[in-house]
Amino acid sequence: MSACHRIERVQCEAVAWRLGPVGQVPVGEGRAFVVGNEQVAVFRLREGGMRAVAAVCPHRGGPLADGLIDGQQVICPLHNHAFRLIDGQCTTGESPVRAYRVSVDNGELVVHL
Amino acid sequence: MQELVVVGNGMAGARAVEEILARGGAEQFTITMFGDEPHGNYNRILLSELLAGDENAPLDDIFLNPWEWYEDNGITLHAGVRVVRIDRFARRVYADNGSIVQYDKLVLATGSRSYFPPMEGLWADDKTLTPGVFGFRTLHDAMAMIRYARGKHCAAVIGGGLLGLEAARGLQAHGLDVHVVHGAEGLMNQQLDAQAGRVLRRSLEGLGMVVHTGTRTTAIRRSADGAVTGVTFTDQTMLDVDMVVVTAGIRPNIGLAMVSGLETQRGVVVDDQLRSVDDDDIYAVGECVQHRGEVYGLVGPLWEQAVVLADHITGANPAAAYHGSRLATKLKVAGVDVAAMGLKEPERPDDEFVQFSEPSRGVYQTVIIREGVLVGATLLGDVSKVAALTHAFDRRVPLPEERIKLLFDIGVPAPEVGAAELAEEAQVCNCNGVSKGALIACVREGQRTVGGVMGATRAGKGCGSCKGLVADIVTAALGGDLEADPAEGYYVSCIPMDKPQLMAEIRARGLYSVSAVFAALAQDGAEHAASKMALASLLRMMWAEQYVDERDARFINDRVHANIQRDGTFSVVPQIQGGVTTPAQLRRIADVAERYDVPMVKITGGQRIDLLGVRKEDLPKVWADLDMPSGFAYGKSFRTVKTCVGREFCRFGLGDSTRLGIDIEQRYQGLESPAKMKLAVSGCPRNCAESYVKDVGIVAVEGGRWEIYIGGAAGATVRKGDLLATVERSEEAITLTGRFIQYYRENARWLERSYDFVPRIGLAELRSILVEDRDGIASRLDEAIQHSIDAYRDPWQEHRRPASEGQFRPALRLTEMPPR
Repeated sequence: MSACHRIERVQCEAVAWRLGPVGQVPVGEGRAFVVGNEQVAVFRLREGGMRAVAAVCPHRGGPLADGLIDGQQVICPLHNHAFRLIDGQCTTGESPVRAYRVSVDNGELVVHL
Repeated sequence: MQELVVVGNGMAGARAVEEILARGGAEQFTITMFGDEPHGNYNRILLSELLAGDENAPLDDIFLNPWEWYEDNGITLHAGVRVVRIDRFARRVYADNGSIVQYDKLVLATGSRSYFPPMEGLWADDKTLTPGVFGFRTLHDAMAMIRYARGKHCAAVIGGGLLGLEAARGLQAHGLDVHVVHGAEGLMNQQLDAQAGRVLRRSLEGLGMVVHTGTRTTAIRRSADGAVTGVTFTDQTMLDVDMVVVTAGIRPNIGLAMVSGLETQRGVVVDDQLRSVDDDDIYAVGECVQHRGEVYGLVGPLWEQAVVLADHITGANPAAAYHGSRLATKLKVAGVDVAAMGLKEPERPDDEFVQFSEPSRGVYQTVIIREGVLVGATLLGDVSKVAALTHAFDRRVPLPEERIKLLFDIGVPAPEVGAAELAEEAQVCNCNGVSKGALIACVREGQRTVGGVMGATRAGKGCGSCKGLVADIVTAALGGDLEADPAEGYYVSCIPMDKPQLMAEIRARGLYSVSAVFAALAQDGAEHAASKMALASLLRMMWAEQYVDERDARFINDRVHANIQRDGTFSVVPQIQGGVTTPAQLRRIADVAERYDVPMVKITGGQRIDLLGVRKEDLPKVWADLDMPSGFAYGKSFRTVKTCVGREFCRFGLGDSTRLGIDIEQRYQGLESPAKMKLAVSGCPRNCAESYVKDVGIVAVEGGRWEIYIGGAAGATVRKGDLLATVERSEEAITLTGRFIQYYRENARWLERSYDFVPRIGLAELRSILVEDRDGIASRLDEAIQHSIDAYRDPWQEHRRPASEGQFRPALRLTEMPPR
């Protein structure tokens, strides 16, 4: 996981973290970022838009950023547990993961924690 | 809002309405139901139980839909009212209480009635049976029998079919001596062969019944006051009885349809949408229906019909079609377990017939197999195998070579224990730790398909070897309620097509990428994560170098060409063709292992070396330093060819197995396939390379020839491969291997290993296609695989230039992962 050097605080309540160019995340895939003390998996949907959830699968610690996604969910590559990208709910019976608001500002990824 | 009128408030009518409501029918229809009987809908199957019980026992259990159900769903119910005529042109029904109701759609669910064969003295007048004579069809019949039986001593049941035996058992429970009089030689001859009938007879006689077979009743004798005193048989012998129950069959109620000008034969003739062939606005369902010449008297077909009817009438699925039902029933007849499906006796000279009979225990079992498929089974007395057999019957799954295993577990280990014998807490899916109880609970919570239960519990989603057992348990838990899982035959669940259809469509539309397939064929054009890998594999196989590779359609292993491990690191297995390596290769591997702190170096079962625990970011450097091609130990693809040393060194060796193994691996390396493929070449029948248990295994035999086995396995499933062919030259072995691989690639379901694929297609079929070239496709298959071979590129060359931004960027902070 490459540490994120260009993190800066933009807002006070939900802190916005700037993670650098959106191009770091290829279309339809995910990449993991260290944001503060959190590991966050950021996904770039094929249909447009970004999603972000906690990077670690609650089942056995699988890397969600490496999972296959569609417009709705990410599937953990280790044991195929699926999580909704919008709210982190698990559709296969595991505990949920945290979901984060993520946006693109001026070509840069911004995650709100 | 349309007017929907349902004539018939029995199990078929009410079930059809339930199915319609489940599809949002309440928004489309104002529903009116007519029921001839003065009750709500009740479960006719429970009448036997009711008859065996007390007159004053509560009836709660027997009623399926209480009055509130009709009210809550806004249904107007006319109970105890009979519809006498349909005016199809004015679209009205006329009832015997004078009411007239308009309809837009009409459903006939008039059921059937008891059949009374002609007998002297049967009727008191035109409409009334002689006092003491009963049919056994309705709640009224059952209650009347219970009342009449009080203080009586002896009853005759005329008709030894299913219903008759139930009635006999019920009357016995009221203390009567019961004689069963049956015209045919064998009891229950609709379902059972003659020998089964005899075994059943013995069991029933053991219960105290007197059975007369091959005997017809010609007359009912009556006392002066008109009540039953006995019966007379064809041979003029007589029997003194106090009451008579006539269970000589049922006849569909088709009078209403007939007078209303609808085509009727034995039943109301309907098309595949359950509509009268004469009138698109009139549907029929249940026992009154005649579909493709069949009239059904069991509840299973009725459920299936109700689903199709509801799908079609509500427009939920305008393409819904009923294709008839395969009959499989499991009942307790007079306390004796009986299960019957399909044929009761072999019909053709080459039908296989396996028969087991143990009359003293009341056990009789048969299976009938035609062309390798189970087409009939009868189980009497011991029905422990019914789940597995029903499964085999419904799905036409492959059967064990030793047919008797269908009936008995001959020293087989736990995985083949029938679903019924398993304890609730027994673990069924050993990969994901799912118990039988959890599966049953899932069914109780409302899952209605095998796929649904597997999705919700993840049972069968690991190695897959328990799928059959999961299906058995779910099927049994659902009783007759199993819903066909339409997605089962689909190549991927989000596109309603099987593999050949899907391939044809992809070709016709020129779809070269996974996203293009979703856009053109998936529901709403939406992509579906769980389908991506299967589609990527299929498209690459079909289009080879023309395939438009979208990295996000790949599973992580295929994105980084290594196998992901539990801690998010990867395993790296370089190609070592045929398991033959060199000191220089070994030195390089050792250097790499040290340079990158590889935590474990392991010799694999496929005769290669596995570097485990490689960090994702190190992968390109590891490949560059190894300077060896990928061994594809991570893909759904051709993996390895294991070999023994063969003729060059071994004193028993008959063929050059290492050379052939290397040649095969070189040629077919890395080809994507529906599931992984592991091969082997052994230099003699001692089989040191384990060729008999490989997807393709080749064995050198005396005379310089090679045997080619396919469909073997020694993983979660153990299976010896089938001998596809014996060839003279190693070139032929290479060609035939490729031809089989290509046929498998084109025809196997996603993740279907060769050990399932080969028995599904059948060895004889594969031989005639691949070896004898019956269909003339051999050269096309050879060309197709050559095309894929030509398009092959070693993926580890991506170390020179990553295929995507951050391809090898770690996805987890590795230090946080606990060691095992």
